[in-house]
Amino acid sequence: MTLDTIPRDVAARVASVETSGPHGLRLMEMGVVPGALVRVVKSAPLGDPIQVCVRNYHLALRRTEAQSITVTIGEE
Amino acid sequence: MNVLPAGGPLSHNSMSTAIKVLPVDNPSESALSLARPLTIAVAGNPNAGKTSLFNSLTGLRQKVANYPGVTVESKSGQWSLSPELPPARLIDLPGLYSLDTTSLDEEIARDILLGQAAAIAKPDVIVVVVDATNLVRNLYLATQLIETGQPIVLALTMFDLAERSQLKIDVEKLGAALGVAVVPVVAKRHRGVAELAQAVLAAVKRGAPQSAREFESLGKSDSQRRTNLIRRYALIERIVSDSVVATDDGKAGLSERIDRVVTHRFLGPIILLLVMLLVFQAIFSWANLPMNLIDYLFGALGEAVRANFPPGVFTDLLCDGIIAGVGGVLAFLPQILLLFLFISILEDSGYMARAAFLMDRLMRAVGLHGKAFVPLLSSFACAVPGIMATRTIENPKDRIATIMIAPFMSCSARLPVYTLMIAAFFSGQKVFGFISMGALIILGMYLLGIAVAIVVAWILKRTILNAPPPPFVMELPPYRVPNFGNVAHALLTRSSVFIKRAGTVILSISILLWVLVAFPRAGSSTPAPAGTVVVSESSNNQIQNSFAGRAGRVIEPLIAPLGFDWKIGVGLISSFAARETIISTLSIVYNVGSNGDNKSSSLVDALRNAKRTDGSPVWTPLTGLSLMIFFLLACQCMSTVAIVRRETNSWRWPLFMVGYMLVLAYVASLVTYQGGRLLGFS
Repeated sequence: MTLDTIPRDVAARVASVETSGPHGLRLMEMGVVPGALVRVVKSAPLGDPIQVCVRNYHLALRRTEAQSITVTIGEE
Repeated sequence: MNVLPAGGPLSHNSMSTAIKVLPVDNPSESALSLARPLTIAVAGNPNAGKTSLFNSLTGLRQKVANYPGVTVESKSGQWSLSPELPPARLIDLPGLYSLDTTSLDEEIARDILLGQAAAIAKPDVIVVVVDATNLVRNLYLATQLIETGQPIVLALTMFDLAERSQLKIDVEKLGAALGVAVVPVVAKRHRGVAELAQAVLAAVKRGAPQSAREFESLGKSDSQRRTNLIRRYALIERIVSDSVVATDDGKAGLSERIDRVVTHRFLGPIILLLVMLLVFQAIFSWANLPMNLIDYLFGALGEAVRANFPPGVFTDLLCDGIIAGVGGVLAFLPQILLLFLFISILEDSGYMARAAFLMDRLMRAVGLHGKAFVPLLSSFACAVPGIMATRTIENPKDRIATIMIAPFMSCSARLPVYTLMIAAFFSGQKVFGFISMGALIILGMYLLGIAVAIVVAWILKRTILNAPPPPFVMELPPYRVPNFGNVAHALLTRSSVFIKRAGTVILSISILLWVLVAFPRAGSSTPAPAGTVVVSESSNNQIQNSFAGRAGRVIEPLIAPLGFDWKIGVGLISSFAARETIISTLSIVYNVGSNGDNKSSSLVDALRNAKRTDGSPVWTPLTGLSLMIFFLLACQCMSTVAIVRRETNSWRWPLFMVGYMLVLAYVASLVTYQGGRLLGFS
């Protein structure tokens, strides 16, 4: 599943990041690399963008960007 | 506090958890003499505490300039490393996440760090600021920099916060693994500053590390960069897990708990609205007292000079050109200071990023980035700093679209025009018995500006600036109590930048305008000899024949359909330099002295009593409204044009901006005036 579809406050692990555009690499440079733990904190009042916690800091990204991040849940 | 003598490369650690480095041929090349002042660059991720450290190291000995050719601000200051040495030049670079850059700010920082900037020498030492509470991500840039082979010292900021949040960082181990000195600092309390200076000197004496690695990611293909990136993070994770013990108590952090309120579905927008209301209240209401005081003082100064100097061209120049001009510049300072006080508090506290988070969905509806919210909000005070603030927007088309609409935000220079028109034609009027008509009109002007900006952005993004929706990847930094020193520094910087850049323009325009109105002397085509009084009871003739008067009459047929006569035309021409100059121009044109401020009753009376040749009043409420709309929509600001020229690096965009805004203003004024008359208003 992708990061935009997982429920809030559930620990997930990044499986892969689609890096077709320049922002894909930027996301990875900011620590969203395969294997990293992520958690969706909330979405903005209008549903988009979303706030995620990764590597102990908070990152805002739009749902379209979150779609490019595949995650897995529940193999802790 | 541990200052590590950074060891030789890898002599003490296994290859698997250390930065790999290769030998370079000529290690002595960078052995430096300490007699000349050193150049030290401060680099780091955004929000890592770079500015706090910079301020703490340099105190007030700093200056702001632009990097050659671009308008990215360069902050540099003096740092006394030791009493025996000349102070080093410390450069505060824009924050960056990686040496593979995505924005102009980052590009400039990278070029300087790598010694590729044309006019700036390669730094002798790089102080990499690393947020101790966010080690892994911060070390991404740090390890990239270490691999360039330049002398590096790591400053570990937020060390107190890390300790409090149960992060135990083994500084020595970290330094050994990275091969550089690591110095924990708490900038606010000046902790670790002396140790940092020692470490920097040690790094200089040692010269570049005896080895450097070919810089691995620049210029590589995406898939190579990807592979390198994943490898680098794996390496950093190993280093960090070896030197940091984290005990997570499982509780949500303080920032997350604050966010539960501040970016709450319902409360978030309400809080944002209240914050904006507070900012506006400050700019428009609290700033009034000091502004009136400045007005009064310069008015009094002008009168005193006029009373004590012999009448003549020189005295007129002094009073009407110079003193009025300087006063006009300084009168803006209270508003600018208050706006930047709020902006820097909001920025320093971490709220600004939340505002962008809340606003992104709305901004995207018109094709803009959430980050455009901050520059546009700043443009309500002045488009110049607002346009400069668009630098944080990575996508160039987005950035230009934001720049193009920034001047529609009703800046503080329009306020004198609005208030003059309201004082003259709408004062004392109430709607529903209790809402002031003036307040309603001003609110309407702001809303109209926003509405036009939205429409223009929407059109631009679908035509000449058509591009897929830009990515929105933005850090939400932890909330922090704003650092008083940072806020004070920002205010000092902003006001000096305003006085130097905008002030000089406004002052020179003020003098130029005085010349346009005072010459040629009435009845002759050459300037009259000194001793002639220019602005006097009978100076109507003078103005009609002056350069400005002639130009006003040339454009009169063009602006007559908007309800303007040639005197307003003179005001319009002069206001293309800066909007607020129309006040002083009208004061001169109507013989009420150019020190008249926007509330000056003499100017208000003069406007109300002005008659056309047929005896009908020149100014009606409808003329006032038409003029206000013209001022809202036209790009009458040389400083804005100049800054757009520099930010976009071409004349194409500023000329386009002036052109389309002028057309828009003309059409809107025409519709207002002619439409209003059709509806029976006067």
